[in-house]
Amino acid sequence: MKIYVPRDAAARAVGADAVADAVLAEAARRGLAVSVVRNGSRGMVWLEPLVEVETAAGRMAFGPVDIADVAALFDSGWGAHPKALGLTANLPWMLGQTRLTFARCGVTDPLSLAEFQAHGGLAGLRRALAMVPADIVAEVTASGLRGRGGAGFPTGIKWKTVAEAGAGQKYIVCNADEGDSGTFADRMIMEGDPFLLIEGMTIAGLAVGATKGYVYIRSEYPDAIAVMTEAVVLARAEGLLGASVLGSGKAFDIEIRTGAGAYVCGEETSLLNSLEGKRGVVRAKPPLPALHGFLGRPTVVNNVISLTSVPIILDKGAGYYRDFGLGRSRGTIPLQIAGNVRFGGLFEVAFGLTLGEIVDDIAGGTASGRPVKAVQVGGPLGAYFPRELFDTPFCYEEYAGKGGLVGHAGLVVFDDTADMLHQARFAMEFCAIESCGKCTPCRIGAVRGMETLDRIGRGDTAAIPLLSDLCDTMKAGSLCALGGFTPYPVMSALTHFPDDFSPLKEAAE
Amino acid sequence: MAHDQDPIAARVAEILAAHQGLEGPLLPILHALQAAFGHVPQEALPLIAKNLNLSRAEVHGVMSFYHDFRAAPAGRHVLKLCRAEACQAMGAEKLAAHARTSLGIEWHETTRDGAVTLEPVFCLGLCACAPAALMDGKVVGRVDEARFDALVAEVRA
Ligand SMILES: Cc1cc2nc3c(=O)[nH]c(=O)nc-3n(C[C@H](O)[C@H](O)[C@H](O)COP(=O)(O)O)c2cc1C
Ligand code: SF4
Ligand code: FES
Repeated sequence: MKIYVPRDAAARAVGADAVADAVLAEAARRGLAVSVVRNGSRGMVWLEPLVEVETAAGRMAFGPVDIADVAALFDSGWGAHPKALGLTANLPWMLGQTRLTFARCGVTDPLSLAEFQAHGGLAGLRRALAMVPADIVAEVTASGLRGRGGAGFPTGIKWKTVAEAGAGQKYIVCNADEGDSGTFADRMIMEGDPFLLIEGMTIAGLAVGATKGYVYIRSEYPDAIAVMTEAVVLARAEGLLGASVLGSGKAFDIEIRTGAGAYVCGEETSLLNSLEGKRGVVRAKPPLPALHGFLGRPTVVNNVISLTSVPIILDKGAGYYRDFGLGRSRGTIPLQIAGNVRFGGLFEVAFGLTLGEIVDDIAGGTASGRPVKAVQVGGPLGAYFPRELFDTPFCYEEYAGKGGLVGHAGLVVFDDTADMLHQARFAMEFCAIESCGKCTPCRIGAVRGMETLDRIGRGDTAAIPLLSDLCDTMKAGSLCALGGFTPYPVMSALTHFPDDFSPLKEAAE
Repeated sequence: MAHDQDPIAARVAEILAAHQGLEGPLLPILHALQAAFGHVPQEALPLIAKNLNLSRAEVHGVMSFYHDFRAAPAGRHVLKLCRAEACQAMGAEKLAAHARTSLGIEWHETTRDGAVTLEPVFCLGLCACAPAALMDGKVVGRVDEARFDALVAEVRA
């Protein structure tokens, strides 16, 4: 019997290791031959640990499984049991998705290169190896893929710049700093399908003529670091990485690097400085990292999800990918639904769902059962959306049009107990803590912002215009989006939830 | 060997040697030192500087830029509690207040018995099973006050 117990950090955080041990112990006690596979997560975090059993009909799901359930699950023959959910593939959460990037995540053993290939892995790379570099770039450009790290820059155009930057040493740098609150897609795919990232980076290397790649993973992700490190060693041993990728005679290798707890190091130039062993201070652009990146060399810096979306584009063709989506937002996006929600997790779907569909239908409203008050979309630099904006379709331009951003596609839901003035103050505090210190409006402005919000909190409404002015100064005078976008959460809180900033607040309570 | 009498210098030299040939080796070196000693010993800085052809001030500047590196030893266990938005939406601030009161310390401090150092962290990627924590590198989700107390009791036992 084959039983799957995820090794994803979110599953481990709610007891998956103990469940895996209990399954093995119980099987041994009963003299049953059971093998336990530690797969990635299916993304249904509210059901973790989600245990699956392979049957002739397909994989049956049970969850959330506690160690106290294990004996009874064996008694039931992994059949009728209060925790039985039916076929995993038929769960509404799975049926509603279009899993392109996350197709294998949770399905296979993350560290089995054989299973990776049996489930379609390396098909994109094999096709790329047979193409000339310019055609690989053209395919990615035609797919409409835009950077999933936040800025939404077309991936193919970035690659073209690096490809045309002459000969000599070039680099692929994967941005796995994933610092935004409410996001975990990078972590999930690295822990659940690490060879996919290796495949995507290798394709990028072939496309631009780079032979060396780095994955810069935040130190807050010990599990992802461990899985990626092991996967790179395996990939080298199997000839996927090294002097001759899959025997092609073309070289590509990858090194895993660990961040050191600085949010700003997710910004690409700060990340490059950090990778070079410097303070993670943001660099002025130009020069673009594409031309003058790691150690001054032409460098592709791409987010994990951008790179892991490339293999399917090469495998199935640009048109296949481009046919999903809406407007200028092509393909799929892994929504990360978090905070106060009934059903939290990762839901990959074509662009275009409205915020209301995501929050009310997919997430099922709040975990607390109270009304939804606000949804912060796009991490700590993203705007707070009120219910009045729930008709906004999930797309880059549409969010920008509403004074917000898609960012890395994290959605954090708050119920009506949230105090938006308090959330605005936190945004300023976060900016003050994480500022790289280069620009005064960011470094000093964020501290002033906290003070101003404290004044407003004490009932001094005269400080409200000061807050708006300060936000304008930060927007105009900041080199990067940390100082430049902190006004989004602050001003959206003020604009959409003015009652929380009014002195009547206390009286009303 | 010149380092024979000084075990710290000997270990630092080993770590430096192990990182020869890396492009941009400083962060990996600092991480390795912290893994070996629990912090980055002051004595290591001039050795790193010399090895990488940097000034001591530059090495110090890099080290102090990053929240992760500590100049002094932590408690026997390091507990990181997430303070970011998704965890806030699930009561992280109340949990943090409980943590500080029950441990009798503020952020970045160590309990008097030396058992636990409390650090804030901004997101652990466990935002759908919030509030989240990291105890000595081990992930913990859905932390409430009871679970927090149990975690601390476990490492203190
Ligand atoms: C303060 C700040 C933090 C950022 N953090 C991340 C991050 O954690 N991950 C990421 O991929 N991009 C992050 N970015 C965006 C990167 O600068 C860059 O746009 C991205 O890595 C490019 O890759 P892509 O085109 O594939 O999205 C951040 C930007 C800023 C200003
Ligand atoms: S806006 Fe802030 S984080 Fe960005 S470069 Fe300026 S000081 Fe650094
Ligand atoms: S916000 Fe706490 S784990 Fe992401």
